[in-house]
Amino acid sequence: MDEASKTITNEQLSEIIDLVKQIHGFDFSDYSKASFKRRVNRVLMVKKLDFHDLKHLLVNDQGFFQDFLEEVTVNVTEMFRDPAFFKALCHDVVPYLSTWQHIKIWSAGCSSGEEAYSLAILMNQSGLKNKSFIYGTDINTIVLKEAKKGIYSLRNVKSYAENYLLTGLKGSLTDNFTTLYDAATVHNELKTNTLFSVHNLISDTAFNEFQLICCRNVFIYFETALQERVLDLFYKSLSPHGFLCLGSKETIRSDKFKKKFKPVNVKENIYQKIES
Amino acid sequence: MKADKSLIDRWRRSEVLLFGGSAGAFKILFKAVSILPPGLNKAVVIVMHRKKNHQSEIEKMFSLNSRLPLKEISDKDKITPNAIYIAPANYHTLIEKNGLFGLDVSEAMWYSKPSIDVTFESAADVYEGKATAILLSGANPDGARGMLRLKQAGALTIAQNPEEAELPEMPLAAINAGAVDYILNTDEIFELLQS
Repeated sequence: MDEASKTITNEQLSEIIDLVKQIHGFDFSDYSKASFKRRVNRVLMVKKLDFHDLKHLLVNDQGFFQDFLEEVTVNVTEMFRDPAFFKALCHDVVPYLSTWQHIKIWSAGCSSGEEAYSLAILMNQSGLKNKSFIYGTDINTIVLKEAKKGIYSLRNVKSYAENYLLTGLKGSLTDNFTTLYDAATVHNELKTNTLFSVHNLISDTAFNEFQLICCRNVFIYFETALQERVLDLFYKSLSPHGFLCLGSKETIRSDKFKKKFKPVNVKENIYQKIES
Repeated sequence: MKADKSLIDRWRRSEVLLFGGSAGAFKILFKAVSILPPGLNKAVVIVMHRKKNHQSEIEKMFSLNSRLPLKEISDKDKITPNAIYIAPANYHTLIEKNGLFGLDVSEAMWYSKPSIDVTFESAADVYEGKATAILLSGANPDGARGMLRLKQAGALTIAQNPEEAELPEMPLAAINAGAVDYILNTDEIFELLQS
């Protein structure tokens, strides 16, 4: 297969990582290697480049970098991905959240906003819309534009609606959308409760104090040492007794942070900050 | 298959046994899991096409039947010999050089997440010649690319005989790609697993 000849070696991968760090200031050196290598190989395949073309473009073409960033970071997401998680959130976390005066939620690594809007819908359904606010952040400006628009293809929304049915929430997901031809737009009343902006989990610091942080299926791309650094950022960004939700297959591996977060739901990896 | 010394030698040298399968593979895997001996000295990784949001009982059924500990993979789980790992639904499973599993939620391949290709390709990078891969029945060509990468890396690649597979497309695609060292019937596969 000639595709195989276009795949890069581990040494070439390190070269790309160094180059991106030096020229563009994005540090992928603690990303999970196998997954990141696959993403870079995918860029080569999609853009029909070889390793030397890629290096050349990364050095000389500023516009190319945004493209590269969009392709190497995984932006696949769903509304109400893992319905069992949203069930657990309603059952184990929302009653606690409702006791706060203001509920600030951070959807970290929000991509095109599906999870942030899922949380907005959940808060609305729980009668907490008026005192909640959702911040969505990502390193990728292209997907953030999509998130701000809140427009999704009807085909995707139909598949999200199947997830929604399994969450046990009332009504239907499409109640929250206005549909025009083959696109569905999130209702304005939900959008007014959200704000999307650029934030880099690896290099930026805490920017607010949250009652709930959802960072699901982001840690899978990070090696454990980097996970620990981001856990530190989340710990500093949570209010006392605030909640942290990781993906259904992501757990806190760090012994240091196992002592600082108490599991609330072991199966869904929902944690609560312990004050020390 | 009897007396094929090279096959047995390569199998014994393997540090990992990779299974790929889709429709029609369940029964074979169910039996395979039950006959794998406790002193296997390899990690076993099973990538089966499965639906998301489908609370499947696969892990429970398999572990009742297995003499090796069995678990559904979580991100950064350590890969240890004499254990069976099952790729979770709605994620791709990759093997990292540092001996850990990594998960990924990127695009489905051949409409499948987990994709057999993704796991097999990453395994080729890590294990090179010290892997055995067995591709079973299925209705699409997932696995062929991964098998080819494994074969090129020196791994032992085996396809279930398409003539006896419930759905032949999957093993056939790998065979046609020139990715397969041995075509075996299920009873020969079972015999190998115990040798």
